[in-house]
Amino acid sequence: MARHVVAAVGEIPPGGRKLVTIRGREIGVFNLDGAYYALINRCPHQGAALCTGAIVSRLEAPMPGEYRLAQPGSMLRCPWHCWEFDIRTGQSWCEPEDVKARSYAVTVEPGERLARGPFVAETVSVAVEEDYVVVTL
Amino acid sequence: MTREAPPSGAFSGLAGAIDCDIHPAPPDLRALLPHLDPYWREHVERRGLERENLDTSAYPPAAPINANPDWRLPAGPAGSSLAALQAHLLDPLAPRAAICNLIHGAQMMMSEDLSAALCRGLNNWLAAEWLGRDDRLRASITVPVHSPELAAEEIERLAPDRRFVQVLLLAMAELPLGRRMMWPIYRAAEKHGLPVGIHAGSSFRHPPSAGGWGSTYLEDYVTYAQGFAGALNSLLAEGVFQKFPGLRVVLIESGVTWLPASLWRINKTWRGVRAEVPWLDRLPADLVRQHVRLTLQPFDAPPDARSLAVLLDQLGSDELLLFSTDYPHWHFDAAEGPLPAGLPPSLIRKITVENPLATYPRLAAA
Repeated sequence: MARHVVAAVGEIPPGGRKLVTIRGREIGVFNLDGAYYALINRCPHQGAALCTGAIVSRLEAPMPGEYRLAQPGSMLRCPWHCWEFDIRTGQSWCEPEDVKARSYAVTVEPGERLARGPFVAETVSVAVEEDYVVVTL
Repeated sequence: MTREAPPSGAFSGLAGAIDCDIHPAPPDLRALLPHLDPYWREHVERRGLERENLDTSAYPPAAPINANPDWRLPAGPAGSSLAALQAHLLDPLAPRAAICNLIHGAQMMMSEDLSAALCRGLNNWLAAEWLGRDDRLRASITVPVHSPELAAEEIERLAPDRRFVQVLLLAMAELPLGRRMMWPIYRAAEKHGLPVGIHAGSSFRHPPSAGGWGSTYLEDYVTYAQGFAGALNSLLAEGVFQKFPGLRVVLIESGVTWLPASLWRINKTWRGVRAEVPWLDRLPADLVRQHVRLTLQPFDAPPDARSLAVLLDQLGSDELLLFSTDYPHWHFDAAEGPLPAGLPPSLIRKITVENPLATYPRLAAA
């Protein structure tokens, strides 16, 4: 396991995402209201580039006709078959226990601490005065 | 070609079974006259309707499948004699109970009020002439399927009579069965702990095939299985089982074996379009296994016991099937019996007794 610096905090705005490649693996990093999450860019269904799909809300209804738009922007919809996944956990809407996209731990670290290492930052240059998004993989 | 003797021997070992689908029939519409409200009796007589028998073309009396040759009567439609039912079925089978389902033009007439009046007459006739004369008999409440408010009134009227254990609809009516307009029926059924039986057939407001009118009875009959798939998909998509969580649905004469493929298809499609139906919050097949049961006959059995075992596994539960003979319809002969060959004994016990008792609370209390 190594810590990989994938972006400066300001680079991924709320509701935004960045696709990165870490050790040959494509990973999508998402900002949900200031919290960061990372999912593998591969749908567990048939391998589509999941992290390029639309970011959507949870459309729910406790009863027929009682519509509720919950947790705006918290779901990722696969571009191929429109299966929905929770960005925060990788769990599918339809079968959360059985069908999941691989998720990775994400932290925000000050550049000052990163400067002490160890971390990997092939494409992001780190300055001590900034904060960075770090994926552990 | 000679045929075997009446299939009484076919019932050995089944004593105490619950037969979840038999079909008494009024000998003719005149038999209902004493059981109609006076207003509607005069209405029927003025129009001369009593000279008809309002047979539905879903079950043409002369079609071979619609009566076992040994169960045809010297006079009158098959199923129209209680004594014959006793001799053909109730005495040799010795069931704990048998549920009478009436399929009749009364259910599907254009006039909602006449339809409701004739359904009341049918229910009154059945209670007086059949249920009152053999205590093994139970019945479904016949309702005007195109008039949910009047149907709910009829359910309310008869619910106190515990011999009525179910509400009867047809798979194909004016609207897909899940539509909200139909909900008064489900509300009343759930309130009284009555499963809703959905019987094969159509009121022919639309062709049985969604592609248009077929030329033959063969097409109609085979296509009824797709009518069930449509009815079930509608109930699932419209959220009927979320709105009425206590509701049970029994698919009667569905053929059964179309179900696994249909569930695979709705599960698969739902994953991609589930946002259309946000109340449908779990695999549709799980809801089906929780809320839906199927009567056994006619059973579109695979050709060998090994394939049957695969199919039973695909159904995914041993609680789905309910024993039925579909008397007097002709789906099995003496040598075959009413159960498909190769069922394990534990499953036979489930199908013939335990599943019906779990499905029909009023039978368990009897």
